[in-house]
Amino acid sequence: MNRDRINKILSQIPTHFIIIFTILVWIVPTFGLLITSLRPSQDINSTGWWTVFTSQKAGGPYAQYCASCHGADGKALPAADLTDPNVIAKYPRSLQLLALLRKDINGQPHMGDIPLPSAQEAADIASGLKSGGVATPRFTISNYVDALVGYRGTRTYAEDCRDNRQATDINCNISDMLNPRGMGRAFLNSLLVTIPATILPILFAAFAGYAFAWLDFKGRYLLFALLVGLQVVPLQMTLVPISRLYAQLGLNGTFLGVWLFHTGFGLPYAIYLMRNFLGSLPNDLFEAAYIDGASHWTVFYRLVLPLAMPAIASLGIFQFLWVWNDLLVALVFLGGTTPVMTYQISNMVTSLGAGWHLLTAAAFLSMLLPMIVFFSLQRYFVRGMLAGAVKG
Amino acid sequence: MNVQDVSKARAALKKPSTSAPDIPKIMKQGKLTPWLYLLPALVLMSFFIVYPMITTIGLSFSNKDGTASAATTCRPDQTCWGVFENYHYALTSEFDFSSPGAFWTSFWKSSYGNNITWMILMTAGTVGIGLAFAVLADRVKYEALSKAIIFMPMAISFVGAGIIWKFVYDYGTQNVQIGLLNSIVTALGGQPVAWLSRPGINTFLLIVVGVWIWTGFCMTILAAALKSVPDEILEAARVDGATEWVTFWKITVPIIMPTILVVVTTMVINVLKLFDIVYVMTGGNFGTNVIANRMYTEMYKNFNIGRGTAVAVVLVVAIIPFIYYNVRRFLAQEAIR
Repeated sequence: MNRDRINKILSQIPTHFIIIFTILVWIVPTFGLLITSLRPSQDINSTGWWTVFTSQKAGGPYAQYCASCHGADGKALPAADLTDPNVIAKYPRSLQLLALLRKDINGQPHMGDIPLPSAQEAADIASGLKSGGVATPRFTISNYVDALVGYRGTRTYAEDCRDNRQATDINCNISDMLNPRGMGRAFLNSLLVTIPATILPILFAAFAGYAFAWLDFKGRYLLFALLVGLQVVPLQMTLVPISRLYAQLGLNGTFLGVWLFHTGFGLPYAIYLMRNFLGSLPNDLFEAAYIDGASHWTVFYRLVLPLAMPAIASLGIFQFLWVWNDLLVALVFLGGTTPVMTYQISNMVTSLGAGWHLLTAAAFLSMLLPMIVFFSLQRYFVRGMLAGAVKG
Repeated sequence: MNVQDVSKARAALKKPSTSAPDIPKIMKQGKLTPWLYLLPALVLMSFFIVYPMITTIGLSFSNKDGTASAATTCRPDQTCWGVFENYHYALTSEFDFSSPGAFWTSFWKSSYGNNITWMILMTAGTVGIGLAFAVLADRVKYEALSKAIIFMPMAISFVGAGIIWKFVYDYGTQNVQIGLLNSIVTALGGQPVAWLSRPGINTFLLIVVGVWIWTGFCMTILAAALKSVPDEILEAARVDGATEWVTFWKITVPIIMPTILVVVTTMVINVLKLFDIVYVMTGGNFGTNVIANRMYTEMYKNFNIGRGTAVAVVLVVAIIPFIYYNVRRFLAQEAIR
């Protein structure tokens, strides 16, 4: 290895350092959310998510203080079986538990040379014992199940169903996935809102984009300049009159109302993108078609639509993510009657005060589809953004 | 479009006016045909954008439920702007006019002050970090991966991002910190802070979330512009002994300046319209309110249509210069092709 190469590598180190640091800053919050959503709820509230990587505190305070003698499953000492309900019932709270731990056993200190747990930790151990999870696993998917079915109790959906203690609107079968409070139902609603609200504007934009790019009419230029201006009209400007009108037409709370609204609002950007893409197609192509006697409709249907596929893909991803991630329109026009995912989550934050275990799982569920779309079709997404770069 | 401004402009200097979407002479059509293609789009846009915009302006001069003039809501013992009473409320209610000092303090706590803070810091943050990252990532082998990671937040919702960051800023108890930020602070020997409810800091922390989301957008567009800078010019500068730093500021930045301006105006418009982050994370409380959230509060929590629409109109008026810039840029672009 010669000197120049070493020098080059050395001079690159600050660059690598900055890039990797930035990437970490960007990814750690999301990563933390993912880890948290997979942890048992007691763990989430007693230790930070990063502690799952340090073996010392793994499994919560039980593993730290008790597992060395009682075993990971609590059955290691037959005389003090921590899975026996009669034993557990004696120490329902941290107070009783701490008192017990301070006492000697057979003349020896109960805890040996392990320090006593703090009050908070003792409370966690006690509640852990009570909920039957002596050795609470490090990871669980119960948060996701709870979020999907809209479980709002203090334990978990699976435990409630096992003990037959479920709330009246929980059936403990697959139909719970459609519980109106849950994310499962919201996922379905989001899909029902998003798919038509993606297809409709693309269709109409393809029509209009063709007209703007290849048809001659009066005011073509002015109309298109107006369209560029319409792209940045804030949503807030249009909500009130439309929701008043919808109230008269009975469209509030219906899918149709939301589809039409998203279509109308997505159109300026969609037309802009379509027109620019179609305008860049070669002139000869159209001339040849017209000379061959093709009508406008044939040209549009047979030539323009297939050729516009890349633009349609970009637009489709953009509109899909835009509608899927939208909160404001869903909040105003759908509200609680047919909650979509964003609405359901914001509701969990603002009024229900749901715990982190539910919030993190719900948030991740809502990100699942956009993430898949994004990472598999990133190329089109970037292309669409570069072409438009105006809508926000 | 935008990113090619530069190369287009350069091409235009060489040979004036190439015709991209010129209408072929043979394809004459009936007078009606174009309008048939435009009809669905024009109807929907007029109905959902143009009509409500005009109605909104009208409603902003009316009372609480849009039944009478705003002048009827005036109180006899207070200053009244007549039919502009809602604007009186929208523009002044957050301010304390008792003294210049009090006004200054109250201004920076108001939604207007916050929006200005947002506008400056978030635009600077996203464009600055985006540009720096685009330049640096250009030099490493894992460019695509690192860009995808920075870009990823663009794909998720503001609501999801709000949850992610609320968790980072979480204030546990005095002993247990499950929020990343507070655990770092306590690990460094500090006291945990209830970040989101502490006025002064909280707006900055919300801006961090905005920067986290939008940097990828700026980076992608700026990276495309950077790639269009001809290598020969950069090589020539390096051969002449210019350092990387000088090359960047004296050659690269001037060349991509049009794109930077596009990104800046786009970001400013986005920031002015910003609603979701504030709504999800603080609900506009603790001195973090912004104009868009104020509009929502007036309209759907206080059910005061007149005031809500007045705030919306104020918001649009603030955006108009940037709309104007956008249209002008478009027209200039069209002139080039």
